[in-house]
Amino acid sequence: MALLDVQNLQTHFRTPEGVNRAVDGVSFHVDEGETLAIVGESGCGKSVTSMSLMRLIPEPPGKIAGSIRFQGKNLLQLSEHEMRAIRGNDISMIFQEPMTSLNPVLTVGRQIGETLRMHQGLDKQAALARAVEMLALVGIPEPARRVREYPHQLSGGMRQRVMIAIALACNPKLLIADEPTTALDVTIQAQILQLMLDLKRRVGAAIVLITHDLGVVAEIAERVMVMYAGRKVEEAPVAELFRSPRHPYTQGLLGALPRLGSSLTGAARRLAEIPGQVPSLKQRIEGCVFVGRCPIATDLCREFAPGLEEKTPRHFTACHYASKGAAAA
Amino acid sequence: MISYILRRIVATMPVMAVVALFVFSLLYIAPGDPAAVIAGDQASPADVERIRQALGLDRPFLIQFGSWVWRILHGDLGTSIFTNLPVSSLIAQRLEPTLSLMAMTLVLTILIAVPLGVVAAWKAGTWLDRTIMAFAVFGFSIPVFVVGYILAYVFALHLEWLPVQGYTPLAEGFWPWLVNLILPAVALGCVYIALIARITRAAMLEVLQQDYVRTARAKGLGQNSILFIHALKNAAVPIVTVIGIGIALLIGGAVVTESVFAIPGLGRLTIDAILRRDYPVIQGIVLLFSFLYVLVNLMVDVTYTLVDPRIRY
Repeated sequence: MALLDVQNLQTHFRTPEGVNRAVDGVSFHVDEGETLAIVGESGCGKSVTSMSLMRLIPEPPGKIAGSIRFQGKNLLQLSEHEMRAIRGNDISMIFQEPMTSLNPVLTVGRQIGETLRMHQGLDKQAALARAVEMLALVGIPEPARRVREYPHQLSGGMRQRVMIAIALACNPKLLIADEPTTALDVTIQAQILQLMLDLKRRVGAAIVLITHDLGVVAEIAERVMVMYAGRKVEEAPVAELFRSPRHPYTQGLLGALPRLGSSLTGAARRLAEIPGQVPSLKQRIEGCVFVGRCPIATDLCREFAPGLEEKTPRHFTACHYASKGAAAA
Repeated sequence: MISYILRRIVATMPVMAVVALFVFSLLYIAPGDPAAVIAGDQASPADVERIRQALGLDRPFLIQFGSWVWRILHGDLGTSIFTNLPVSSLIAQRLEPTLSLMAMTLVLTILIAVPLGVVAAWKAGTWLDRTIMAFAVFGFSIPVFVVGYILAYVFALHLEWLPVQGYTPLAEGFWPWLVNLILPAVALGCVYIALIARITRAAMLEVLQQDYVRTARAKGLGQNSILFIHALKNAAVPIVTVIGIGIALLIGGAVVTESVFAIPGLGRLTIDAILRRDYPVIQGIVLLFSFLYVLVNLMVDVTYTLVDPRIRY
């Protein structure tokens, strides 16, 4: 049984201009100890998906429908109280902005210890001692001193390490990382990713990694799900996806990556781009969501939305012309 | 930190000097010849001249000011023209009721206004928020004396739950002291509660948007812990500032409240002194209140460092 099984997730927001279908019918699963990456450009619904998993979407104006089964329990049917026992304990989250995600007026130790006291029933002393251990675990030097410091006394990389310490303090089964390295320097990014991988191995947590950085995906994910305009357009094991992307959007994303050794003066010196923007999600889209930017779109695409099909084993694509696309790649 | 407090105390001296100069000038800014006012309507010019010399009013302004300050620094606030008692002992007699009233109002205000503001921000846009804010506007709009009389009428005369007026010193027991202070404190606190509830709501609304509040929710913390620990502590700086500024409001309000509830405090003393043109008493009281206000501001600045570790002096 999958650790997390999401079926037909729909997260809609009521706005004065109409309903914004930020996530519109997405299904996926995560196995125990697995790393699933969710990729896509800004505004495609990645972050809303991750917030929905934790039920952190304010309702109203938001509305989450479908089912989110975690260890067999549908999270959408739990009371707020039951949900709180899961947040930070069984499922925890790391956010994109380490500079602002920690509370500036509470000590680092307090912020790590808080989850331990609440979920594991540790007393103040034990929680603080465990916080020191966690800081050491995430590679912060002098943890006994740092535990008494405030976030403004730490660098961005250290703060993200503290966030990871908070997230892993209760040994969660699932860690949701929403662009954990985006706001960091490149050298720090590599360190944080390495840390996440090490800890994942040690704690045995599954990871849902939200990112738009395909380099990060290639490095740590096992399976990749590509989202576009609130829908899943492709899903495949990571090697398979990079080798033979089938959806024109995925092909576009990969085509936009600079490659080592590609010449600045050669014929292909300009990186490929995907023209246009993500469509507005405020009207229902009848055909394929990608039709406005797709190089191979036809009338068929404009009228009928392609279903997600398993074109080759474990490789799902939502495109009428997926096999053609693959042949062309 | 200690050196900061010491520096601040030194820095209050010029402030107090300016206040003192202003307070002393009251005597000259006020219309009429102080000596003539003191002597009264029936006095002969010779009497007036005698008083003028006795008070040193014939000497140059700066010399008068200098000797006045000199005496104050030695604890001598002068003598009341009307009662012939030392101003310092007059003030000392009246200090307890006023400080009790102000302290009680302050405690009551913080206990009521801050939770109201927090709840209003948490439930922003709902009927609960709108109700609280409507009451805040209401509380802000009604003068202290009106609230005072209404409260006295309803709770003292009609329901007979609380005494109509008067004051019992703390030395005669905590309970009688408390019971006598409830109505005046509520009356005086109305405006203050409204002000602080609004500021708390505004500060909290901003803080609740922050990423670290989302983090706190993602950790599975309960609503109370998120609101009152994670958010309120971050919203504390503007709230503490306004509580401090509000002390000035309290000083003015205390004068009126004491009249309404017949509390023998500094407010009554002030009104009596003004009606009798008892300048040394007026000067003493204004000086005291100014000092109090400067002190409160110092306390507010020190409180900042307690609520926000990023603020260091």
